[in-house]
Amino acid sequence: MRALLIRDIRLAVRAGGGFGLGLAFFLIVVVLVPFGVGPDSGLLARIAPGILWLGALLSCLLSLDRIFALDWEDGSLDLLATAPLPMEALVSVKALAHWLATGVPLVLASPLFALLLSLPPEGYLPLLVSLALGTPALSVIGTFGAALTVGLKRGGLLLSLLVLPLYVPTLIFGAEVARRGAEGLETAVPLAMLAGITFGAIALLPFASAAVLRVNLR
Amino acid sequence: MASIWEYANPKKFIQTTDRLLPWLSVLSAITLVIGLIWGFFFTPDDFRQGSTVKIIYLHVPAALMAINAWLMMLVASLIWIVRRHHVSALAARAAAPVGAVMTVIALATGAIWGQPMWGTWWAWDPRLTSFLILFLFYLGYMALWAAIENDDTAADLTSVLCLVGSVFALLSRYAVNFWNQGLHQGASLSLDKEKNVADVFYHPLLFCIAGFVLLFIALVFLRTQTEIRARRMRALLARERLG
Repeated sequence: MRALLIRDIRLAVRAGGGFGLGLAFFLIVVVLVPFGVGPDSGLLARIAPGILWLGALLSCLLSLDRIFALDWEDGSLDLLATAPLPMEALVSVKALAHWLATGVPLVLASPLFALLLSLPPEGYLPLLVSLALGTPALSVIGTFGAALTVGLKRGGLLLSLLVLPLYVPTLIFGAEVARRGAEGLETAVPLAMLAGITFGAIALLPFASAAVLRVNLR
Repeated sequence: MASIWEYANPKKFIQTTDRLLPWLSVLSAITLVIGLIWGFFFTPDDFRQGSTVKIIYLHVPAALMAINAWLMMLVASLIWIVRRHHVSALAARAAAPVGAVMTVIALATGAIWGQPMWGTWWAWDPRLTSFLILFLFYLGYMALWAAIENDDTAADLTSVLCLVGSVFALLSRYAVNFWNQGLHQGASLSLDKEKNVADVFYHPLLFCIAGFVLLFIALVFLRTQTEIRARRMRALLARERLG
């Protein structure tokens, strides 16, 4: 398991992959928003939590199809499937690797991007906490979507159509935590909900992803 | 006593539904005509909403069926996963577009009613939003069916998607409640008599709901038959090519 994790992260970092790309995409979204809505820092501060969450979500989405597609093409996915590792563990490790390679950098970079959108100072901690808690759910749900579409030739667009509706609850609670934090309100309730969704997804979705992957490898 | 699983046999299914379909269609047409004419022309205008209230006869049944169609797909998917009856998977596939259209009808009639009443075509009200999300789920489900060539693979994948999607649709429903306060009124129908709409509106509404349910069943039967026949045709063509 550890070997697979290390291999996946190395591939993500070295093979010109999701790692830098996701961050760059996040940056571009953040840069484009003021062009769209105007440079008024009051307005930007008000929408910053939502924009940051949306940007993180979209850049997560961007790298989803790489989770299984490359391994599927060169056949290493079949090898992994026949390895003694159970399929559930395989998809969990894949999700973890995706989170480490895209989620964690996004979380770490978010304060910098928040600065660009003039997020009020009291909003930084809730934003960081909500992203740190929420992005694992995005990776796990995304892994399910990637497992669903792994055998398809043009799965990319379909993948977003399937995964984005599943992201709704995570986005709602995550952005709510960040927004309430920025406005100096109580964040405990949405934070608890977000944690519930994340841990629920981590506990249950790997079984669905594994089932789907087995069907696709049949 | 014959088991219900006998109808999982495609031949038996087609025979039975062939016999039922004319009855269902006629009955659904009759109840719909009675319900709609009664509702549109023989009920009083509401004292605040005027005649716009009558859109309820399309809006409520459509919204009801939009949710029930997804529930039916969920049950059919479960049957496919557990017992692997092809008819069940095909019925789930057949129900999806019908459910999606019902969702669109509910959203559109709601918008048409909302414009004079709330003064807006659309508001990010929890009910409206969750219906829009439900519509997205229908789209994803149908797109996945269309994208996969192998029938059994498609049935397996879509049924898992339906199960996972149901959980997330429910989660979204409550998340959306949390996210925004509602503009939409409470349920029009409930078992609690006090909360129901007034009797003059209630009786024709029951007819309309019955008509929509029958229409849905008839459409699903018809579409499932079509799916079965299309699959048979493909099998025949494949056999011919092999010679």
